[in-house]
Amino acid sequence: MSQQYPALLVIVPLLSAFAISIAGWVNKRLCFPIIVTALSVAVYASVGLLLTVLEKGVVIYHLGGWPPPVGIAYYVDHLNGLVLVVVSLVALLNVIACKKSIEQEFPDKAAPFYTLYLLMVTGLLGIVVTGDAFNLYVLLEIAALTGYGLLAMGEERAPLSTLNYLYMGTIGACFYLLGVGYLYIVTGSLNMVDIARLLPPLYQSRAVLAAFIICMVGVWLKMAFFPLHAWLPNAYTHAPSAASSLIAPLVTKVMVYVMIRLILTIFTPEFAFATLALNNIVVWLAVIAIVMGAILALAERNLKRMLTFIIVAEVGYMVGGAWLGNRAGMTGAILHIANDALMTLCVFLVVGNIVYKVKGYAFENLQGLFRKMPFTMGAFVVGAMSIIGVPPTCGFFSKWYLILGALQAGHYGFMAALIFSSLVSVVLFFRIFEICYYEPFSDHHGHDHPPEPMDEAPPLMVVPLLIVAVILILVGLYTGDIVNHIIKFAIPEGLV
Amino acid sequence: METITSIKPLLAVLVSLLVIPMLVSSRNPNVREGWTFAAAIIKLAIVASMVPAILQGTEIVYTVAEVLPGVAIKFKVDAFGMLFALVSSTLWIVTTIYSIGYMRGLNEHSQTRYFCFFAIALSATIGVAFSANLLTLYLFYEMLSFATYPLVAHHQDQEARSSGRKYLLYIVGASIGLVLPAMLICYNLTGTLEFSKLGIFTGTEPHATMLVLLLMLVLGFAKAGIMPFHSWLPAAMVAPTPVSALLHAVAVVKVGAFSVLRVLTGVFGIDLLASLNLGTVICYIAAFTVITASLIALSQDGLKRRLAFSTIGQLSYIVLGVALLSPKGVIGGMTHIAMHAFGKITLFFCAGAIFVATGKKNISEMVGIGRRMPVTMVAFFIGSLSVIGLPPTGGFFSKWYLVQGTLQADQWPMLVVLLSSSLLNAAYFFPIVYKAFFCTPEEAMFEDRIEEAPLWCVVPLVITAAGSIALFFYPTLFLKLAELATR
Repeated sequence: MSQQYPALLVIVPLLSAFAISIAGWVNKRLCFPIIVTALSVAVYASVGLLLTVLEKGVVIYHLGGWPPPVGIAYYVDHLNGLVLVVVSLVALLNVIACKKSIEQEFPDKAAPFYTLYLLMVTGLLGIVVTGDAFNLYVLLEIAALTGYGLLAMGEERAPLSTLNYLYMGTIGACFYLLGVGYLYIVTGSLNMVDIARLLPPLYQSRAVLAAFIICMVGVWLKMAFFPLHAWLPNAYTHAPSAASSLIAPLVTKVMVYVMIRLILTIFTPEFAFATLALNNIVVWLAVIAIVMGAILALAERNLKRMLTFIIVAEVGYMVGGAWLGNRAGMTGAILHIANDALMTLCVFLVVGNIVYKVKGYAFENLQGLFRKMPFTMGAFVVGAMSIIGVPPTCGFFSKWYLILGALQAGHYGFMAALIFSSLVSVVLFFRIFEICYYEPFSDHHGHDHPPEPMDEAPPLMVVPLLIVAVILILVGLYTGDIVNHIIKFAIPEGLV
Repeated sequence: METITSIKPLLAVLVSLLVIPMLVSSRNPNVREGWTFAAAIIKLAIVASMVPAILQGTEIVYTVAEVLPGVAIKFKVDAFGMLFALVSSTLWIVTTIYSIGYMRGLNEHSQTRYFCFFAIALSATIGVAFSANLLTLYLFYEMLSFATYPLVAHHQDQEARSSGRKYLLYIVGASIGLVLPAMLICYNLTGTLEFSKLGIFTGTEPHATMLVLLLMLVLGFAKAGIMPFHSWLPAAMVAPTPVSALLHAVAVVKVGAFSVLRVLTGVFGIDLLASLNLGTVICYIAAFTVITASLIALSQDGLKRRLAFSTIGQLSYIVLGVALLSPKGVIGGMTHIAMHAFGKITLFFCAGAIFVATGKKNISEMVGIGRRMPVTMVAFFIGSLSVIGLPPTGGFFSKWYLVQGTLQADQWPMLVVLLSSSLLNAAYFFPIVYKAFFCTPEEAMFEDRIEEAPLWCVVPLVITAAGSIALFFYPTLFLKLAELATR
């Protein structure tokens, strides 16, 4: 059984997605148990897989028994072992937390929503688990197409902003495909490990260079790396709560994973950092992304949109960290994939709860929320602290490694950008806390008005959210173990 | 030096966090305050139970988690940390009594929130006191910044909002903007952040780097109120008075001073600072703050604002004492944490008691108040004696050591600063006391009958005033701890 984990990870959600669409016709109440079971199996398999990797090293699984380069191989090492756990866990927690809001937002379309949801998770898990560059493209499109469907189910303007995303996303995927095509032309292989083996003699080839750059641009488009971010804020803001709290934490982070996989495994750090010498330029682009993301977030008067710009800044963190070209920066980037996924999930679930109760997420809807929804807001404070980077939440530690990497690389611009973004985050979040805490103003220290009664979201929404908040702190406290036992082995030894 | 591994420091930190669910779920205010007392007493008991071991020269350590290579979230109880923890956990109990009197006396809203965040703030304070390295200290320092925000902004009106903003801007802005990068640079240079007597540096780093790091760390801990990062403190006086009392005479500001002292003695080390001649820079910044704050205090009419500026000046005494880099100066600086705490908390308690009993906030409206509230004003007199540094109060000893420290370090200008500041202190405190008791019947603004604040308010201020006097006769414990810390 445990040898089949890589297959289970993809097959179970895939088949369950079809089971749900059938179950939706028979009895709608069956859908939720099926999706929870399927995602629990995925969590179980990914945790099992990670433990196997920790114990025995890299796991290679030949799909259908066909050996590469002909067949598709699933390849799990420390890097994607970690990301798989994060993806499956986020998907599971999110679907449980969002059951009520899904029922509220589309009472009739729950079954199709769950189907798309599960297909999307299948795509994301597949992207992470696969060891085949072309297979990755296929799964990328599965994740993207289902993602468009999920996002477009939102408010009035959602179809339009999703269409925008569709154009940009398709261009990004095409770029990636084109890059893979170049690689196939020069190496004749699509298996990542195989390509990495064949590439070194070809490092001077222009085709390889073109392949690398085209792939990178494609991936950057998909992860909304500034200035290729324009599709993201609208698409995520107008989406239904349940979709945005799945897609916002995962899609950009999975694309960062793909970028790191391209750098570390397919092209190797020697090529990406030493031969190309593009580091400095890319890190400066990341600096611009961070600064612009922070400033654009400041300009928003709407909680959900503000958070989407924070994602843009966070993408800058990870791209910059990865491209610093040293171990500390790369550690920070990988750690931040996990941490950012969890903290983004936390804050987007909070938005979901607020929308569920207050029916809005503009700043003026947030008045008096600390009193009305204390548990939700408590989790929000933890999530905000993590994004600001306050210890012992996990966000602090990834920021620590990123800044350390910047110091070691002598890139003070990146360091300054990270500090700047932390300071702006303080302003961003305390501006919201102020609204939730002070407003509406009372005349005399609140003596006259009886306090508004508590009106918290249902426990099914609050409990998973609180679990995420606790995870943020636990991951922070266990950063040492995560880095020493997992991330240390995810980075090739050559990178110091 | 002998070290013991024990979970006690962690328990001392956690006890006031663990009580939060009880506070929130208590339906009856008396039960809720009962829990606060229970937590406060258990905390003091745990802290006190470690005193004998510390006095024998042992250190108590406990590692929670190794979060970064070479840096763990770790507690270490040494003499200096113990001194601070003792002061703050003792005064928490007194302040709790006072809070009950004050909050109920004024019928304040959101009392449960108030007591909860107070408890969190105390956890963070003890955490700072027992931190074994800069990262752990930073963790609890930030926790304290955020936990005190709802206390400062308790009134939830426009004024509280703008003060809260200022508070965060200075404190969090400085800690993220200056301390965090400085800490990373230290870690990058040395690979460790552990406090040690010899400091973490080898002494071969460039002089300019060390100077910049020192300034970033000393100014970055803005809770110490060193100019130009001081103006959050007067603004934070919008908080209810018990908050001002404990947090802005004891916990918050002393956490700032404590952190600066840790940086000077634990990160850089006295010897290294002396050999690089970096102490003088800090001395002059602190001396400037001492004098300027005292001068500003003279002109303040709001009683709490005057006390706030007085605090800013007194905090810099602490920093100044250690920056003299002479043994007596260090002892003086450290004991001043305790002595000033008892004196200043008394003064704040008095200010609050006056507000509860009469609604007056300004000094100009307090003429003749001694006849109305004699106990309070006598306590106020004792508190001001302690802050000025006159016998028979504990404040005398810390000033005594500080003055000796300047002589030992051969820093005549600093001696002049200390003495003239004492005169200024007297100049801004004594008129209040004088006007309170000695005025013509025409001048008096209060009727000639005794009417004190509620007993819950008066008892604590009598306790702390008595404590100030007791510290004059029995200063041994704190002096011993400070001496151990400098050894």
